[in-house]
Amino acid sequence: MTIALETKDVMKTYKVDSGTINAVDGVSLNVKAGEFVALVGPSGSGKTTMLAMLAALLKPTSGGIFIDGHDLTKMNEGERAQFRRERIGFTFQANNLVPYLTAQENVELMLRLNGKLDRKGKDRSKELLARLGLGERMKNLPSQLSGGQQQRVAIARALIHNPSLVLADEPTASLDTERAFQVVETFANLIHEQNRAGIMVTHDLRLTQYVDRVVQMRDGQIAEIVDNQAAIAEQVIKHADDHHLEGLKVLPMMRPQPMLG
Amino acid sequence: MPPIRHGIADLGAPEGRAALLENARIFQGFADGSLKPFDVSLLGVEPGKPGDVPVREGQTFSSRRANEVVIDRNTAFRAKLKPGDNITLKTVQGTDEKYYTLQVAGISDGQQFFLRPSVFVPDITWDKIRPKGVEPAGRELAYNVFAVKLSDPAQLKNMQQIIPQRVERVETADIITAYKKTPGYAEQQATLETQRIFTLIIGVLVIGGFFQIQTLQKVPQIGMLKAIGARNRTVAFASIFQVTVVTIIGVAIGTALTLLLAANFPVTVPIVFRSNTTTIAIVSLLLIGPIGGLVSVRYSLRIEPLRALGLG
Repeated sequence: MTIALETKDVMKTYKVDSGTINAVDGVSLNVKAGEFVALVGPSGSGKTTMLAMLAALLKPTSGGIFIDGHDLTKMNEGERAQFRRERIGFTFQANNLVPYLTAQENVELMLRLNGKLDRKGKDRSKELLARLGLGERMKNLPSQLSGGQQQRVAIARALIHNPSLVLADEPTASLDTERAFQVVETFANLIHEQNRAGIMVTHDLRLTQYVDRVVQMRDGQIAEIVDNQAAIAEQVIKHADDHHLEGLKVLPMMRPQPMLG
Repeated sequence: MPPIRHGIADLGAPEGRAALLENARIFQGFADGSLKPFDVSLLGVEPGKPGDVPVREGQTFSSRRANEVVIDRNTAFRAKLKPGDNITLKTVQGTDEKYYTLQVAGISDGQQFFLRPSVFVPDITWDKIRPKGVEPAGRELAYNVFAVKLSDPAQLKNMQQIIPQRVERVETADIITAYKKTPGYAEQQATLETQRIFTLIIGVLVIGGFFQIQTLQKVPQIGMLKAIGARNRTVAFASIFQVTVVTIIGVAIGTALTLLLAANFPVTVPIVFRSNTTTIAIVSLLLIGPIGGLVSVRYSLRIEPLRALGLG
């Protein structure tokens, strides 16, 4: 598998009254195409700052971030916006769908912004929504969809333009347990099928059962990387009492019925 | 302008002469028989000459000496008068109170002077009935306003030189200047102009505030659009498009309501909507919408996606 994302000794430093703090402190990480990675850690561990830098929304203080070989740190504001538009897919904590656009129009928004909304694109958005179990809901407004359905629309929007990297910031924060599992499983399946690189920031360690690797951050650094399911489950249990993971949810494992056929 | 006590013959052969103005009072009749006085402008005009009043109902004066009046429709409405009715005018002449009975010959439309409804009488009748002191017998009828209509408008300056040579103590002016020199006119117009300007300024502020609130409510959406790579010009275009569409719809509704209201104004309201002033108002409002919305457009462009999405 090719390397889709590579970070080299990335640092992000903020000035505060008492001096400086390193929100992200020398993080080096590779993510291959088709790999789904969970970024976990307690509040203040630097995972959100890391995600913002990977999303080309924030420039690192030093280090390099490469997506498909393009160095984000060398780009200006306009170039980074274009890069986000073309190569990165997002889902946010709040799905932030446009309330007056239908589910299908929300998905097609990415194609419209890229000037690629043609018949083929429309067909692809319909197909993607159908695969996400929203075939009958394409013409519904977000207000007519449940939280889980809205999040699935957001996933479709993140994937429709064939991005190299898909980022998800707490994508299940507003969902109940069953919906959260369904959404993440769907997300993981699509990332694997479409050979994208995916990174999900989450507080809920139960959701890491669907990822290929878990990267745990602490004090702005990578504290641990776990890369097989047995080890992931073991780590979840092991860190249940770890004070560094205070605030993370560790609940009994459960797997709902998969949504994708 | 003080009355000029000179004979009309001094002017030679004018195209017209008219508009002798006095204040007067007539009475509004009620169903129970009571009367309520209201002030009118009493104007004398020479029938069939410039300054004569157009009649929309009934007919004009039969002669310069006829005991007839043409009343403004506001006066007709308030005093419940129609063509053929008689009115009695009380006037003080010298030390005597005199009463004159005049017949309503016709009703005119929108003829108001000094913001009062008007009663028109033929010029010689006017001189007979108007309030006045004791005057020597045989005095010639005096006018305080002459209306001269030029067959060739290019002769205006030439005529403005000729008239003072033939009539003493006279001022000449074209009709626009004459209106503007009417006592109180400039002050009244300045007040209206100030109101108009402030209405537009307030409009800019209200529209600006409205769209600013709209933008504040959409910060997460705009932040999301920027996060997924929307160009600033795309965000700006969307904002301006929305401001423009909302303004056009608002102005269209406002114009329709205004015209509907104007069509149903009571005749006593001295307001006339003309196409040119209405067009200017519409265009001004269409322009101030986007101007008012510029603040919100600028705000949209400054939204930080990181903060809007809670990532920063």
